Amino acid sequence: MTADPFTMWHPVASEHDVPYRHVHHGQLLGRELAVWRADDDFVNVWENRCLHRGLRLSIGSNDGTELRCQYHGWRYANRSAGCTYIPAHPADAPARTICNRTFSSVERYGLVWSGESPVGDPPTVDVLEAGTPFGLRNLPVDASVELAVRHLQAHRFSPCGRLDAEAPEMTVDGVSDYSVALTARAGDARSTAVFFVQPVDSGRCVIRGVLADAPPAGEQLAVWRHHAIELDRLRVVIEAEAASLPAPEPMVPMLQQVPLHLAEVPDAPAGRQPALRVQVQRKWETAAGVAAFELAPIEGVLPTFQPGAHIDVHLPNGLVRQYSITNGPGESASYRLGVKLEPDSSGGSSCLHETVREGDVLAISEPRNNFPLRRDSNRTILVAGGIGITPLLAMAQALDRMSLPFELHCFAQSAEHVAFADVVDGLGGSVVRHLGLSPDETVAEIRRLVAGYESFANLYVCGPGPMLEAVRREASAAGWPDEAVHFEYFKNTNEIDNSSTFEVALARSAMTVTVPAGATILEVLRGHGVIMPSSCEQGACGTCVATVLEGEPDHQDVYLNDSEHRAGDRIMTCVSRAASDRLVLDL
Amino acid sequence: MAGMAGANGECQNRAVLDQWHPLGAIDEAEPNVVHVTRLLGESISFAVTPEGRSAVWRTRGDLAAGMPVDPESVAGTLPSRCEFLYVWTSLGDPPERSFDIPEFFEPDRRNFNACTIGLRTSAPRAVENFLDMGHFPFVHDGLLGSEPRTEVVDYNVHVDGDTNEVWATECQFWQPAASATATEGQMVDYVYRIMQPYSILLYKSCPAAPERMDLIGLFVQATSEEHCRGHMFLSLIDDESSIGHIRRFVQTIFAQDVPIIENQNPKRLPLDPQAETPIRSDRASILYRRWLSDLGVTYAVIPAA
Ligand code: FES
Ligand SMILES: [Fe+2]
Repeated sequence: MTADPFTMWHPVASEHDVPYRHVHHGQLLGRELAVWRADDDFVNVWENRCLHRGLRLSIGSNDGTELRCQYHGWRYANRSAGCTYIPAHPADAPARTICNRTFSSVERYGLVWSGESPVGDPPTVDVLEAGTPFGLRNLPVDASVELAVRHLQAHRFSPCGRLDAEAPEMTVDGVSDYSVALTARAGDARSTAVFFVQPVDSGRCVIRGVLADAPPAGEQLAVWRHHAIELDRLRVVIEAEAASLPAPEPMVPMLQQVPLHLAEVPDAPAGRQPALRVQVQRKWETAAGVAAFELAPIEGVLPTFQPGAHIDVHLPNGLVRQYSITNGPGESASYRLGVKLEPDSSGGSSCLHETVREGDVLAISEPRNNFPLRRDSNRTILVAGGIGITPLLAMAQALDRMSLPFELHCFAQSAEHVAFADVVDGLGGSVVRHLGLSPDETVAEIRRLVAGYESFANLYVCGPGPMLEAVRREASAAGWPDEAVHFEYFKNTNEIDNSSTFEVALARSAMTVTVPAGATILEVLRGHGVIMPSSCEQGACGTCVATVLEGEPDHQDVYLNDSEHRAGDRIMTCVSRAASDRLVLDL
Repeated sequence: MAGMAGANGECQNRAVLDQWHPLGAIDEAEPNVVHVTRLLGESISFAVTPEGRSAVWRTRGDLAAGMPVDPESVAGTLPSRCEFLYVWTSLGDPPERSFDIPEFFEPDRRNFNACTIGLRTSAPRAVENFLDMGHFPFVHDGLLGSEPRTEVVDYNVHVDGDTNEVWATECQFWQPAASATATEGQMVDYVYRIMQPYSILLYKSCPAAPERMDLIGLFVQATSEEHCRGHMFLSLIDDESSIGHIRRFVQTIFAQDVPIIENQNPKRLPLDPQAETPIRSDRASILYRRWLSDLGVTYAVIPAA
């Protein structure tokens, strides 16, 4: 063999091996693969091994958008193979970088092509390009590729239309290390077939034949059967020779190691990730005063998001704004955002509405999820105020897909003000619209919604400040514990008092710094070279959280709830400060 | 694969050779007859007396399977003991005592072997599966767990300083029907205890006696690096259910685990922390893997580089 098989494209499955909602167990060059088609027709080729405890993903289930591992139910997204949900810890968002190993895939001639690290594009074959390819039966053979390719050159079959031909005339049109093209002629009839040989392991292969021209519909079954019989004969001959030779050593694929920070528990805090570039693929008005944006990757695949996640969008005017991803599970080709034009916009929403157009390139952060969705509830109530529907839309679609019960309550001025109404409509009966209510009517309605707390219920709310306050107040009065009420503020409208001066000691980095009046903990730490992630920088999103080991925080954020504030073991470093002289942080 | 097994697959790992290994349930072995099984890549024979004493030896031609034999007269035997329902042996230099199960001797307990099942995976993979609560709702749906009650609340782990055993304590998991009388689900308490590289015991809150615990053990016989036999040991307070009923229940649970653990890749348990991705609920498995490394276990595992 001359070419390096590890840099080549090979067929790993046929079209009919990968119907919707199925997972195919494939193998290439000794490596096991899980091959599955998502409902959007993307064919995923992944290492057949769950990153958690090594379970074969080929025995998992394909729900059309995600693959679920059978052992502990981890869910992995279409395309990116990123983990979107870990059921053992329903309140936590999985570390974004838990990602299965993926391999490239292309569908061509009715076959799925992939490779270890393939270079260029899958091969094109002129007769198949010009014809109407028709797949023959797959033939797994216990023999090496060399043996299969050698015997294939002497393979015989009859041309379509003359299947009864006694002695068709055979010609070999082409041979490569992994394929053979043959033509059979009898009288006027002729058929060309290309046989691709998939190297499964050193001593096993699959012959995947493709006829250049599909027979007429009425004859297809007969042709398929004829080839199945001839191929079976071929197999007997090849395997007889293989059995007489010493068995080759099986190939041992290298399994990738997981990154060091995932090998340890608990996770190390993540540093700031480099911004991504995306292109505005589509921009449209999804509701009165709300522009929708579809952001597609310029190259490669977008990182995995989970319901509730947001991204930072870096605007052409230099501002950075946070927007929730509204996509349903597995909709991984682009991120869909909704942006409301704020009347008193300081340039964020107006820039997106007025300046940014289809085709423009934007820089965004990787998705972060500080508003994770539990999926172990008996009852999930989602309360959306106006544009606050965006993260809840992603949640509702995820719950809907898993057939978990939920109610989505959309509060809006009018029907025209409900963003992504088409998606909302698709959610079916569990959606209630509350339109045109006065503030008092809204509070009364909320009171009705949260009445009667039962255990294993969770409430998620996103909307304008006064509405969030009302939900938190009413839920608490109705007996909801703090940990069952999850909220996301658009912004922190509290007056920030940054007049104090205090010391911050970093337990793991063994260093102590002073935070003077007017500066934030985050700024001072960054000034000392500490890498800290942040996003909204106003105490609303939860990204810049740190663990408090000692000292009393002076909380000024709206991310943590009241009992979390009282517990005092976490702090939002972008706005909160110390009530004591000194804070010790786990950094 | 060098270093873990010899040319014929026999074990060369001191840490494992020196352990006590189970071969089979005493009262399921017809007395005074040669029984042949495998252990650590070798063929091993044993026989028991009607009184429950045992002899174990490396299989040899003059004592073939099924032949009558007086166990006390066999020469050239390996160390052996009959304890906790099973015949145990060692291919090395075993410790005087193996481990203790004081509860076993309480008069009102029913102790019996629930089943012995052959598994096409390594012994530590089987132990780790037994140690794991997170799979209950997915693999034992309706029995030991049920969706969406999937949360594994944090628990504690430690290695006991005196006995060098791994413990996971204060474990809890939601069980849909914890007892025959329960109509609603409830949280059930578990304690896990790993006594030997391939032996694990589970203490589970017992519906019949709230202050006491039922014991369920998995004693694994590593027949080779990638094959084993699991012996399921029970010591229960329950005196209502028939043994046949309990056996069927345990066998159902075990049968659900088989297709899972036989589909883990690789079959030998990887000890390199970077081989797989643990989460908080895997603290017990993390400690188990580290403890195996510390003990110097290299057989049926992929040692850390
Ligand atoms: S092994 Fe896949 S979820 Fe645990
Ligand atoms: Fe299990």
